[in-house]
Amino acid sequence: MTEAPALREDIEAAVKGHNADYAELRIDDTATNRLIYRGKELEEIGRTRNFGGCARALVNGGWGFVSFNETADLRARVQEAVEQARHVGKETSVLAPVEPVVDIVPVQVLMDPRKITLAKKKEIFDDYNEKMLSVDGVTSTNLVYGDSDKRVTFANSEGSYIEQERIDVISRLSATARRNGDMQQASMSLGALNDFSYIDTLGDAAYLIANRAVELLNAPYVEPGVYPVVLDPILAGVFCHEAFGHLSESDFVYENDRMKEIMVLGRQFGQSHLNIVDGAAVPDLRGSFKYDDEGTPAKQTDLIRDGILVGRLHSRETAGKMGEPPSGNARAIDYRFPPIVRMTNTYIEEAGASFEDIIGDVKLGVYARNWYGGTTSMEMFTFSAGEAFMIRDGKVAELVRPVKLTGNLFTTLMNIDAIGRDLDFNQGGGCGKGGQSPLPVSNGSPHIRIQDCVVGER
Amino acid sequence: MSDLSAILDATRAAGAQQAEAYQVANEEVPVKFEANRLKELNSRRTSGVALRVIADGRVGFASSTRPGDVDDLVEAAMETVPFGPEAHFDFPKQAEAPMVDTFDPATETFAIDEMIKTGQTLIDAIRDIEADLQCDGQVRRLVGTVTLANTNGGRYTYRGSMLMLWMHGTLIRGTDMLFVGDVDASASPVLDTKRIIETVSWQLEHSRRNATMRTADMPVIFTSTGVADALVMPLTLAFSGRLVHQGQSPLAGKLGDALYDQRFSMHDDATIPMRPASRPFDDEGVASRRIPLVDKGVVRSFMYDLQTAGLAKTDSTGSAERSLASQPNISTTSLVVDAGDTTLAEMVSGVKEGLLVEDLMGAGQGNVMGGDFSGNVLLGYKIENGEIVGRVKDTMVAGNVHEALANLSAIGSESRWVNGTILTPPLMFERMAVSAKSE
Repeated sequence: MTEAPALREDIEAAVKGHNADYAELRIDDTATNRLIYRGKELEEIGRTRNFGGCARALVNGGWGFVSFNETADLRARVQEAVEQARHVGKETSVLAPVEPVVDIVPVQVLMDPRKITLAKKKEIFDDYNEKMLSVDGVTSTNLVYGDSDKRVTFANSEGSYIEQERIDVISRLSATARRNGDMQQASMSLGALNDFSYIDTLGDAAYLIANRAVELLNAPYVEPGVYPVVLDPILAGVFCHEAFGHLSESDFVYENDRMKEIMVLGRQFGQSHLNIVDGAAVPDLRGSFKYDDEGTPAKQTDLIRDGILVGRLHSRETAGKMGEPPSGNARAIDYRFPPIVRMTNTYIEEAGASFEDIIGDVKLGVYARNWYGGTTSMEMFTFSAGEAFMIRDGKVAELVRPVKLTGNLFTTLMNIDAIGRDLDFNQGGGCGKGGQSPLPVSNGSPHIRIQDCVVGER
Repeated sequence: MSDLSAILDATRAAGAQQAEAYQVANEEVPVKFEANRLKELNSRRTSGVALRVIADGRVGFASSTRPGDVDDLVEAAMETVPFGPEAHFDFPKQAEAPMVDTFDPATETFAIDEMIKTGQTLIDAIRDIEADLQCDGQVRRLVGTVTLANTNGGRYTYRGSMLMLWMHGTLIRGTDMLFVGDVDASASPVLDTKRIIETVSWQLEHSRRNATMRTADMPVIFTSTGVADALVMPLTLAFSGRLVHQGQSPLAGKLGDALYDQRFSMHDDATIPMRPASRPFDDEGVASRRIPLVDKGVVRSFMYDLQTAGLAKTDSTGSAERSLASQPNISTTSLVVDAGDTTLAEMVSGVKEGLLVEDLMGAGQGNVMGGDFSGNVLLGYKIENGEIVGRVKDTMVAGNVHEALANLSAIGSESRWVNGTILTPPLMFERMAVSAKSE
């Protein structure tokens, strides 16, 4: 068996001197630990090592991409990608210029999961699982813990050479309560970058989730219809990601003239209090990094400022073709995929409203909290809440069964008529696009209120 | 490629009583089209080994895609053993597996230029119907080998092939966006491009006008893709032996009960020749078979892997599926819903006011384990006085699949494969909750 070369000189040499407009190499090495509980059983414990590389090349506007686990002859792999690209390319290559960078980025770990034994991790989750199962009415649980240490080496034909490392720590607690044929679930997903410490603080949350699942058995269904809806920061963050974030990814726009008309900079999308930002340069969140997977430095990009569309998310190609600055949003989930335009940390900025301001004049509405899922088709989106309450005469009233919200982007953003002052981030989600899932992202918002939202049962 | 025997020997030397090594080696070539033209050629070569060990009655697991990583792999798997779940199974001895056609050499030799031509011809044909449609798509060829070896003498290997074609068109008018498209997949390089063109043409024809729905309970028809999108996941999850054993499935304790309409039958079958999900044995080495899930409305069997079968004191149904990164899960392979006797045209003609659903967005976000489904109608049409009158928007449909199948009003006579893995006719339900935002 050959030991894979991971030497800097080999990688740098392999990517240079090809007959291509652009070429790059990326080598990933990810070590993952995982615990999964279902009910009383620890169902799965495992360690996985995902190691491999990829080469990508651009010739006359066409791309070639080759991924592999055997890293013995890197230069031949780049050459293969170049030949593929040549087979495709019949136009002109356009990439926004990015200053070549040589950087070995040290990882800044707060509490290091690699220094915590498997025994300790299991002990913590055994305790949460027992707590949840001890709640009367809970029939089953599902707990997930995972940590992954990912090292990425990147080099391109323009002279960039970058090494980066990140450690993701994710967890999910979920409880199921069942009575006769009726079944209800409550859950919570959390995550952190380069820090294990939150994992040890979920005891109260475990009880809360277990009790919520039981309470839901007694909760009535919401009457489907159109309501004013108040979203908590977590769910508003998911809304921001689904309803607007994906539309700002310019790979949907850059070759589509009609989408360009829709997404023209200067178009009004919301009222003047609405500001939406994306950026991996916002530190210490799941979507944070120093360079994206094309070696472009991370930025903070204003997407909506004072209700007006002012920016979008780019790869080097989409930025080049649209004549806009690259934003550092080209990301790949691992070496098996080429980078595509993705979000990082996406959030609605604070405005001044207090929670009382937001719900005070709602006569009949829905207060939806916590995240369950979400998806978009650009124009239309749906996202579902972990829990929901009715709002009656300006006050949070009875718990109802979980709801799903749906709407049209262009009317819904305009219908946000109150924005709070309690920005918080949801770090428990992963984003999927183009078969690449789950990509670590975060999203955030203060409490917001949306008028005329379609609410259905989940 | 690693020597699985060497890995098993090393695992025994490290103190395991039993071990199983699972290896996949795939070569995948996706040809990608963007904005109506060829954009990118890919080649993905993936290989790796997953190792399961049983020591002192517990199961440990590790996997690696790093070539030659034997010592680290064995060490990692053994490290997890003391914390692993109790083993309720032995790795299976060598046994007869059925002959299943899973590999077509013509797929392996199907040239990249042929793939490019197939995709481009399809895009051109679709744009002949509607010139403003912007098409993205992919023609993907996959050839792979699965090899499995365990310390009880089990040795299995097979080759599989797949050619897949998906085409997705976007039509934008103002801020109104319409998404049409279809997918086909087979182990052979025979793709039904004519069907894809007909489907897209039908979708476009019925989407020329927009129609407004009202919030009410009404008849809802799901096309084959609608059934696959919205109903199959919450339904098949309930047949997972694991969820049944844990009491999480609403079907727990209901084996043999007549829960559904007596015209409704459904089975899973990994032995259908040349389907992308077909295989002679599952990912634990258990022989493939046809699994009757529902027979004339009666719940006939659940799906099991080795561990769950051991816990439930039954036999594995050969339903284990895994990726390199995780231990086996219970999954369907090719799911077949039996056809009925009503054409789609007959279903539509009998509806005074109703909804026809082709694509439901966000269908898997609800209490799927309980059988609930709900979603935003991404592609669907209003039916009025027996006719499809236009495409609907801002409309949600919700229900519970188990309740719905007990109250089926019609089963379609025209079955088709969806995504190459689900063969189903359209299904019609008399009353389902539709909520809409009417302007």
